[in-house]
Amino acid sequence: MAILVDKDTSIIVQGITGREAASFTKDSLDYGARIVGGVTPGKGGQEVFGLPVTDTVRELTERFPVDATIISVPPPFVKDAAFEAIENGIRLLLVVTERVPRRDVVEIVELCRLRGARMIGPNSLGVISPGKSRLGMVGGPAEDVRKSYVPGNVGVMSRSGGMTTEIANLLTVNGLGQSTCVSVGGDPIVGSQFADLIDVFEADAETHALVLFTEPGGAMESALAARLRERPSRLPLFIFIAGKFVDQMRGVRFGHAATLVQSEADTTEAKARILSEAGVTVVEELSALPGLVKEALNG
Amino acid sequence: MRLYEHEGKALLERAGIRVPKGTLVSGSAADAGPSLGAATFPVAVKSQVLTGGRMKAGGIAFAEDADQLSAELTRLLGSEISGHRVETLLVEPKTQFDREFYLGITYDSAAKSAVAVFSQAGGIDVEQAGAAVKAEIPLLLPASGFRFKELLASAGLQGRLLSGMTGVFTKLAGLFRDNDCILAEINPLVLTPEGKLVALDVHVELDDDALYRHGDLVKRFGLEGRDADARERSPLERKAEEIDSADHRGVAGRMVEFPGNLGLLIGGGGASLTAFDAVQRHGGKPANYCEIGGNPSVWKVKELTKLLLSRKDVERIAVIMNVVSNTRVDLVARGVVKGILELGLDPAEKIAIFRIPGAWEEDGFSLLRKYGVPYADRTVSIDQAAKMAVAGAGGER
Repeated sequence: MAILVDKDTSIIVQGITGREAASFTKDSLDYGARIVGGVTPGKGGQEVFGLPVTDTVRELTERFPVDATIISVPPPFVKDAAFEAIENGIRLLLVVTERVPRRDVVEIVELCRLRGARMIGPNSLGVISPGKSRLGMVGGPAEDVRKSYVPGNVGVMSRSGGMTTEIANLLTVNGLGQSTCVSVGGDPIVGSQFADLIDVFEADAETHALVLFTEPGGAMESALAARLRERPSRLPLFIFIAGKFVDQMRGVRFGHAATLVQSEADTTEAKARILSEAGVTVVEELSALPGLVKEALNG
Repeated sequence: MRLYEHEGKALLERAGIRVPKGTLVSGSAADAGPSLGAATFPVAVKSQVLTGGRMKAGGIAFAEDADQLSAELTRLLGSEISGHRVETLLVEPKTQFDREFYLGITYDSAAKSAVAVFSQAGGIDVEQAGAAVKAEIPLLLPASGFRFKELLASAGLQGRLLSGMTGVFTKLAGLFRDNDCILAEINPLVLTPEGKLVALDVHVELDDDALYRHGDLVKRFGLEGRDADARERSPLERKAEEIDSADHRGVAGRMVEFPGNLGLLIGGGGASLTAFDAVQRHGGKPANYCEIGGNPSVWKVKELTKLLLSRKDVERIAVIMNVVSNTRVDLVARGVVKGILELGLDPAEKIAIFRIPGAWEEDGFSLLRKYGVPYADRTVSIDQAAKMAVAGAGGER
């Protein structure tokens, strides 16, 4: 059993008729994801790759059990789409959309808490359990996904969508497969942070080590360090922190919306220090990562 | 997006929070004189610049009479405060007070919640003073004053001050929510000898991603085109922005110049940071940071390549991205090669390394082979590629 998304996970796509959504829907079906339908208000009755398109989420949840939704709608409509999914009983939301207003993100998080749902993203490329299923578009078309991702026992979480695939690929070319890989999203506030998802990886018998990719800015790493100080992990943990040069460039935003150094705590140096003190191996050079993981797995 | 103090105060006033009655002056001291004819002295003269620490940087002055005021107007208008040019001043009656407080509402990204922060030690050194209390404020429920009352009571406030402050805090929270702020901070909020609570300074930041639903503010404050970060762009950086916006296909933006000799065409967000660090780690000197992604057109990559090589000190360029699925490797390869050829240069000489594996890589690599350009596939990691670029050796051709 893979975590978050498995071969039996039943998935819908909100905004399925959009160009990007239609494209990743096709790629995901090719990869074996169990997408059962999609929603686009006003386009009910159409079909996309043989899948039913409905006006409302309810029309799909009445017909199928739905475990997860991929939300790929323009920013002004994300909150309503997320609320619709949650209120119709869907418990896992992946939000692909970028530039969602922060207040909307927080309101979705609050409703998730009330209803026991989980949001990954916004601004996430997705979640993949190699060889089983995928939620979102991480890794691209099925044939590209198969080159970068292979099944195995290393979990991956990354604040960068592109680096999720890069790290999986680095592990793959060095003979290490992955259990589940999560692009957590590059925004200042995301529904599921490292500290939220580590429990899920720890509970997964197929995950034997966990690799993280992070950047300057944000508080995700200090929250993880606090969690580890309170309760150490059963998993060997590795983190690569990119953007050392940003430490010297306060107030200038690089890369993702959250990648901004405003105070000492935002620097890569501070993050490396607190995580290393909390027992995480801070990887200095990306190409050294597979060797370190192998050592931990065989040790 | 940060608002000027006078804009923040207009929002406070609209929310029912008391602020000093100020007058805005700009232009030259002579122009400004008449509008201040009726000023009640003493007054505070405050530079309207988008930076904190104005008091320490000399951007805030006080005047006891018309002569002093005129001298301060002359000194401040057109001067620079912490690198920001002063174009506008806010002149307001100097408020006498007994106590100063700090009130703020912002987002806590770890808690994934809005938070209210309060300190009895308001004033310019509040960051150092510590002793702040905070509480999460749910946004899904209608605003409710009791949360602020509890917070303020826990900080030791009592009696009329507790009630008055609860009112101000609740209004500030409404302002924060209604205007899609990411920060709304009053520092200091003062208690006057008459027992009134007055906001002497305010710092408001709006969520850039929510501006679309605040057309009134955009229009009222002229926010259209105001730079989100105040960093001055170099001519080359501005040119890169022009290239990016001239073609909607893909992103080739956020160019930041550095004084090195190795031009970088790198992407996406996370991989750019990784590649830049790796170049420096191996002793290379990057000439720039940038991010390409989202499948940029051949034209865009070509123009960016030419722009980078237009800098006399840029000897070669390194092209490095993470394994791509959305961006086409062959299009980026064509853009880079074409740009170099159009400059009458040799791609084999000018490209230190091309490392983009992924979609359409076979087509891309075969083009690079044709021109003898050193390239690397997915078996070569980002930092190994950076090392090759710095060493000027390696890669297949």
